Amino acid sequence: MMKRGWVTPVILGILALVIPFTLSSYYQHILILVIIWITMACAWNLLGGFAGQVSFGHALFFGLGAYGGGLLYHHWEISTWWGMIVGPVWAAVIAIPLGLITFRLRGPYFALSMLAMGEIARIIFTNWVPFSGGAVGVMISRTWGGEKLQYYFIILAICVVTLGVVALMRYSKLGFYFLSIREDQDAAEALGIPTTKYKMYALIPSAFFTGLAGAFYMNYMAYIEPRVVFNLEAVSIMMILTVMLGGAGTLWGPVLGATVYVILAEVFRTIPGIKEVHVLVFALIVVLIIMFLPDGILGEWDKIKRIFIKPKLAS
Amino acid sequence: MNYFELKNVVRRFGGLVAVSNISAAIEEGEIFGLIGPNGSGKTTIFNCINNYYPTNSGEIIFKGVPIERMSTHKICEMGIGRTFQVVKPLKRLTVLENIMSGAFLRTNKVRVARDNAMKALDFCQLMERKDFLAKDLPIADKKRMEVARALATEPSLLLLDETAAGLNLKEIETMMELVKKIRTSGITCIIVEHVMKFIMGISDRVMCINFGMEIATGKPEEIAAHPEVIKAYLGEEYVTGR
Repeated sequence: MMKRGWVTPVILGILALVIPFTLSSYYQHILILVIIWITMACAWNLLGGFAGQVSFGHALFFGLGAYGGGLLYHHWEISTWWGMIVGPVWAAVIAIPLGLITFRLRGPYFALSMLAMGEIARIIFTNWVPFSGGAVGVMISRTWGGEKLQYYFIILAICVVTLGVVALMRYSKLGFYFLSIREDQDAAEALGIPTTKYKMYALIPSAFFTGLAGAFYMNYMAYIEPRVVFNLEAVSIMMILTVMLGGAGTLWGPVLGATVYVILAEVFRTIPGIKEVHVLVFALIVVLIIMFLPDGILGEWDKIKRIFIKPKLAS
Repeated sequence: MNYFELKNVVRRFGGLVAVSNISAAIEEGEIFGLIGPNGSGKTTIFNCINNYYPTNSGEIIFKGVPIERMSTHKICEMGIGRTFQVVKPLKRLTVLENIMSGAFLRTNKVRVARDNAMKALDFCQLMERKDFLAKDLPIADKKRMEVARALATEPSLLLLDETAAGLNLKEIETMMELVKKIRTSGITCIIVEHVMKFIMGISDRVMCINFGMEIATGKPEEIAAHPEVIKAYLGEEYVTGR
């Protein structure tokens, strides 16, 4: 196990560094989307997969991250690149009072309260026009006309840092405490774990990295509106589904899930005349996963292997 | 100063008084048994001690510090460990990881937690199970794992809630040996138990309660012969019939 642990990241790393140079601008764009989604999925997984606090409202942090830079530009015409700092910090700071409120609730009640928080944010940003610019959103003129490849390496760096932080947390005391809380909150309390405090330790970085992905999205797309960045289905729910597909509570599950999701979405988008059918197909896949592989593709890897490779009989 | 003391502890659920004016003083190093018919309030007392249910009134004093308003995790940090009547294993973690989760209370280092967890595993004779997922263990091992996990938090007082329930005779004996070993290592134990062979065999003192009220406290043999205790367990006619 230990010997092979570095093989996957090294191979993926080399591929991530080499492949974009061989691709056309369109495929580079897809790759950037894939990596934005991997970052978001990893961030969600920290709270939802490891600490077991399933949030249905992470679009909140994504949107806050995006609007961090967006508002700076909208009000004072400050470069949106400052949003890369302001956005995630803002998201993380706002996560603190939200966590203190919502972590009083457990399971589905927590999930629903987060859903409500995300929706409240969307409604505020849509209707408080003097503050946010309202439903028309914020359009920035790029101060830096970077090429796709440069954007690619920025988001790649963000993604690697996110994965690294998640991995470090997973294999430290924090990770053990997150898993304990996920498995049984009462047992965790009886083992001396201050559960609310450790949930905050999962939520804050989760909000930060989701916000960072949002801030990058803002810079990359140069246009945001509340309907897009605070979207319940296309952001909040999709973050959950990508992680579930790959394997919640595994390190690489979100990477796999997000990759499959974005590629699938793009493949269907190129087929004419079917529009949003990719959502339907993706939903079907998730239903199948829940029924047959409830821990996701990587979470149930042994089970999948057994289907294709017949176990050798010990003789 | 008493090592651990319950003073007039009351816990109500709506109109039902589950624990009514229970007082007890426990000395350091003793094994204190708590018996009573089903629903008499034994587990509720445990839940009050580690503030899983807040008490309605009364005091709980541990090493001179009132703990009845402290949060559950803080109480554990103070040195009161517990196991659960209905076992609460961290299902999808291995036995070793379960116990490490307890050991992290006293250290931030993964290696130290692992070493301490291994000691607790060895102490509870669970070494050969260490890489099993907790959910795959048979009940006897789950119960021992809970004991090991509580021990890993390095308690000074250990609350054992029906650790012998559902075990066969041989497993009960193993568990008795384990509890004796725990006491020898300097940990005070309060045990709730239905298995009389178990509780009468190892307790220094036993308290019997019924309907949340104390019936009698004393040496195991005194309690076993106490008419009120017999009445609570077997009914009036058995007392006169003797």
